[in-house]
Amino acid sequence: MPSITRDEVAHLARLARLDLTDEHLDRLAAELDVILTSVATVAEVATADIPPTSHPLPLTNVFREDVVHPSLAPEQALAAAPAVEDQRFRVPRILDEE
Amino acid sequence: MAQPADLTRLTAHDLATAVAAGEVSAVEVAQAHLDRISAVDEAVHAFLHVDTDGALAAARAVDAARAAGERLGPLAGVPLGLKDVLTMQGVPTTCGSRILEGWRPAYDATVTRRLKESGVVILGKTNMDEFAMGSSTEHSAYGPTHNPWDLERIPGGSGGGSAAAVAAFEAPLAIGTDTGGSIRQPAAVTGTVGVKPTYGGVSRYGLVALASSLDQAGPCARTVLDAALLHEVIGGHDPHDSTSIDAPVPPVVEAARRADVRGLRVGVVRELSGAGYQVGVQQRFDEAVALLEELGAEVVEVSCPHFTYALAAYYLILPSECSSNLARFDGIRYGLRAGDDGVRSVEEVMSTTRAAGFGDEAIRRIILGTYALSAGYYDAYYGSAQKVRTLITGDFRAAFEQADVLVSPTAPTTAFRLGEKLADPLAMYLNDVATIPANLAGIPGLSLPVGLAPEDGLPVGLQVMAPVLADDRLYRVGAALETALLDRWGRPLLEEAPSL
Repeated sequence: MPSITRDEVAHLARLARLDLTDEHLDRLAAELDVILTSVATVAEVATADIPPTSHPLPLTNVFREDVVHPSLAPEQALAAAPAVEDQRFRVPRILDEE
Repeated sequence: MAQPADLTRLTAHDLATAVAAGEVSAVEVAQAHLDRISAVDEAVHAFLHVDTDGALAAARAVDAARAAGERLGPLAGVPLGLKDVLTMQGVPTTCGSRILEGWRPAYDATVTRRLKESGVVILGKTNMDEFAMGSSTEHSAYGPTHNPWDLERIPGGSGGGSAAAVAAFEAPLAIGTDTGGSIRQPAAVTGTVGVKPTYGGVSRYGLVALASSLDQAGPCARTVLDAALLHEVIGGHDPHDSTSIDAPVPPVVEAARRADVRGLRVGVVRELSGAGYQVGVQQRFDEAVALLEELGAEVVEVSCPHFTYALAAYYLILPSECSSNLARFDGIRYGLRAGDDGVRSVEEVMSTTRAAGFGDEAIRRIILGTYALSAGYYDAYYGSAQKVRTLITGDFRAAFEQADVLVSPTAPTTAFRLGEKLADPLAMYLNDVATIPANLAGIPGLSLPVGLAPEDGLPVGLQVMAPVLADDRLYRVGAALETALLDRWGRPLLEEAPSL
């Protein structure tokens, strides 16, 4: 199945929010092709009758009482933020300019 | 008060005993290790950040507690290196990445908190491949760590900093994390001991996630008993981690002291040997297995036929989980923000930030994971990999019916040269071929040194694997083998390493 094109890699990079150079995209397309060809061997043994395992533990939801715990003060939570305004995270423009 | 010639050569157990007995102060112990770091870390580069003031303050607190007649924990006053993937309040935590450069977390990981509460003295943060992706530390944004056995060679990865710090006598203990071998493979190539506990045995709260269904923190040490003492300090249930197992820590210290393999069934995994394994690695491994038999273990050969597919499954599951986990680094709440010129949109700033902040290997795996999870490919890649995970778990279940523990070489080769595999991702991935199956199944694994490969004089590791929550068996086998090898060698293997 592999044979991943450079346009596909560019699309994946957009999905993953990675602004990569053309040169980097070319390099990745070649590398991913090799890697995908190798990992595609999983299909050889993954027959329909085998249930998937997503996690090593039999996971169930863990509940606790909904009680107030000590937590970070706003200034602690904001201390590492790249930009802060009015005790909030300041974000770049979210909407298109109309 | 008689002082040992060099405090940095003592085991964690002996240091803790000396501190508790008042033969040496915790401050003296901390200072000796800080001095050692000053002397050798320019060459080794095991540490990304040395917290001199914090370490000395923690040591003073231990001395004060002792003076006040308080009962000290089993590792009180023992210095430790903390892998830079675990948060420590107020201390830089980078995960080896530019995207977290300068970040000082607002909280302690549960592992960090337990270490502090036990009086362990945290010296600083150790180097690693970026976000724990790699087998050599060459993917650290801050430069590689060098193997103390040969500074031109890799210390393993991703936890090469932790293993090298222990091997170079900069710290008797370190914390690593193991997603596909990142504690065990560095232990193997540096001649130290490393343990990946049962998945869920040690809390992941405050451990920056790479692949959440595989990540597990564990001990790095120079002896099996030291690793067990550390395991007991950091292990156990944590309400902050919903995947933490609500069960007592297996009796690992008792097992390390028992060090007896008589009557134990040891299974040699047929698929984890032969082609691809260096001759000297295989030779030392075979000798160690023969030694186990001499010690009274019953050695059998077991077959795990689907292990052949473990590496392929891992390199689909890991990138998939990693592409999702690393999405949190978006330049909004903490860490790097690049390109925020007041004009660009939030999406553009995120894309600029992430491209600037992540290194090549992180980007490679994010893209790979995004691909494996995308519509149309999900079933063939991620879905199939999850089925292989079922098959591998089944292989282990069958093998553990024939054997109490399984053994293999930890890594197929000794430490390779820096730069040797950097341009070939697949060759790099092959280093983890023997360690990955345990992560996929969530079972515990230990690596301990079993000698030097004759062809290059570099350390060889033997891996012991046990069923879920039977971590104590690792220590039983490890300690028995360690004792017998020490008898044979006359002195610890690390004494053979060149002085730095």
